[in-house]
Amino acid sequence: MTDTRHVSAIDDSIETEARSFGRQVWDRFRRHKLAVLAAVVLVVLTVSFWVAPALSPYEFDEITPDFRQPPTAAHPFGTDDIGRDLLVRTFMGGRFSIRIALLVALSTTLIGTLLGAVAGYFGGWIDALVSQIINMVLLVPALAILLVLALKWGSSPWSISIVLAALLWTRIARVVRGLFLQYKEQEFVMAARSAGARSGRIMFRHILPNVMGPVVVETTLLVGTAIILESTLSFLGLGVQFPTPTLGNLVAEAKGAIDSNPYRVLLPGSFVMLITLSINFLGDGLRDALDPSSGGGRT
Amino acid sequence: MSGPLLVVADLVTHFPIKAGLFRRVVGHVRAVDGVSFHLDSGETVGVVGESGCGKSTLGRSVLRLVEPDDGVVAFKGEDVLSVDKTRMRELRREMQMVFQDPFASLNPRLPVRDTVAEPLIIHGTAKQEARQKADELLEAVGMRPEHGNRYPHEFSGGQRQRVGIARALALDPSVVILDEPVSALDVSIQSQVINLLDDLQHRFGFAYLFIAHDLSVVRHVSDRMLVMYLGKVVEAASRADVYDSPAHPYTHALLSAVPVADPGVERKRKRIVLEGDLPNPGSPPTGCRFRTRCPIAHELCAIETPPAVDVANGHMVACHFPIERGETLLDRVAQLGRSVGVIGG
Repeated sequence: MTDTRHVSAIDDSIETEARSFGRQVWDRFRRHKLAVLAAVVLVVLTVSFWVAPALSPYEFDEITPDFRQPPTAAHPFGTDDIGRDLLVRTFMGGRFSIRIALLVALSTTLIGTLLGAVAGYFGGWIDALVSQIINMVLLVPALAILLVLALKWGSSPWSISIVLAALLWTRIARVVRGLFLQYKEQEFVMAARSAGARSGRIMFRHILPNVMGPVVVETTLLVGTAIILESTLSFLGLGVQFPTPTLGNLVAEAKGAIDSNPYRVLLPGSFVMLITLSINFLGDGLRDALDPSSGGGRT
Repeated sequence: MSGPLLVVADLVTHFPIKAGLFRRVVGHVRAVDGVSFHLDSGETVGVVGESGCGKSTLGRSVLRLVEPDDGVVAFKGEDVLSVDKTRMRELRREMQMVFQDPFASLNPRLPVRDTVAEPLIIHGTAKQEARQKADELLEAVGMRPEHGNRYPHEFSGGQRQRVGIARALALDPSVVILDEPVSALDVSIQSQVINLLDDLQHRFGFAYLFIAHDLSVVRHVSDRMLVMYLGKVVEAASRADVYDSPAHPYTHALLSAVPVADPGVERKRKRIVLEGDLPNPGSPPTGCRFRTRCPIAHELCAIETPPAVDVANGHMVACHFPIERGETLLDRVAQLGRSVGVIGG
């Protein structure tokens, strides 16, 4: 007699072999063509930012006799007011911009996720404290604070990163706090507690993986925001200072020459655009790839 | 073993109602308000009542998943409510829970084998061994172990509930609280899961506290039953007493709502329809809480809270005017010259 209680609603033709989580994430990510393309673009850009300046015959702060050149064979991106080669400066600028953006995005994600998680999970006075700090940071006009801090702490890539991180962590903290508030009431969290799990285990093993999708999206958006804010600061003359180039201060320097040599604005500007756009597509792809219930992993 | 496995006495769980700008506490919802019962090893006690009567909170309070405000929960003579965190963690091995919603009770980011293995890992079993044990457990609940590395969304509701059951069994508990384990499932799947629970009880000797809002679900599995209304137990008796000679008018109304499989009988059957909704549990009626919807209420019911009285060897009823053996609620209503909403018949 067959065991009728053994329901076998699972279609046995479906593959049952074990696949690691990483493998499944990769399989889902691969199907997101735009995200794959964006990842390739980002890798190519990043590598070129580190390789190109080394191959260039000029140093990024080397002054040549050819000043204010339009693009030529010797200087494909032209030169600036005091004769520095803009090709090498643009790629060096990309290097600094990426470095700042990654530093800002990673540190804000870390701080924001931790504070948001603790506030949302424990609630009570911890939540009140964190929420008040978030409100305070959000209340003050960001640009004004940035200006003051930039004036006070100087403008090395490091200090700019810290200043940006101090302002930007609130966004991710609020998202994570909200998600933790929502997830901690879920039955699977209660089940973990009834199994004897401690708070740390519940927060990091049960809730955090569930909020990774939105966190990854926020992080990628932050990379874009950081690049743009850094450019804004540099444009206002308060970002990373001469002679260190960033994509932002290259545009700022070129603003006077926009009529005579529009490439000086357009070239670094389009790098900013390309990076931000790619980062956002990458974020979309990662969010879907990290969600096991998003379709496609198995077929 | 001497004495019952689990004793719950005068358990009270209140939730504060907060209002206004400063979240001031303006009152309390008495979700569980003085509930007492006991559970012997290997037996099943069914808890029934409509939504919002506090039966889920009762289950959670016993496990301290919500902290009760007052009362006693004693497991093998040990006061569960006063032990420290470390001891509580050990006690959790003995008391596990199966949750109502099989979609919400499994972590969507965890393969089901890891979900089942987790209680073991928390309590110190090596990972490899825990996974192996998880496969055995999945098999015990009628799942295929090779599906262990799949995620919850790849399973049907009934299969997920099996995973939830496997998780509850992992630590080999002596008490399992079943919080409406089948109410989210299709009727055809319900009986499978109930049969599975029944099988497992015979194999491993668990004591079940079986919470349900549907009397037909617990009918087959319960040894004794508690009928709850608005945070209080209104009737507690053996299954036979509850079904054959219910004494509380609320139990009568609940029983009349259970459909009968025989269409001939079903067509003639009368269903009593209670008027109104469950009163606001933040400000329950004075005296007997059921009196606002009770078709046979008297003046006394508004004044005095009826104590639980033993009407026949262990058949406890909290009613001033319990219905007697052989009598029906409709008889009593007619005798009083009143009327009650009835469908069918």
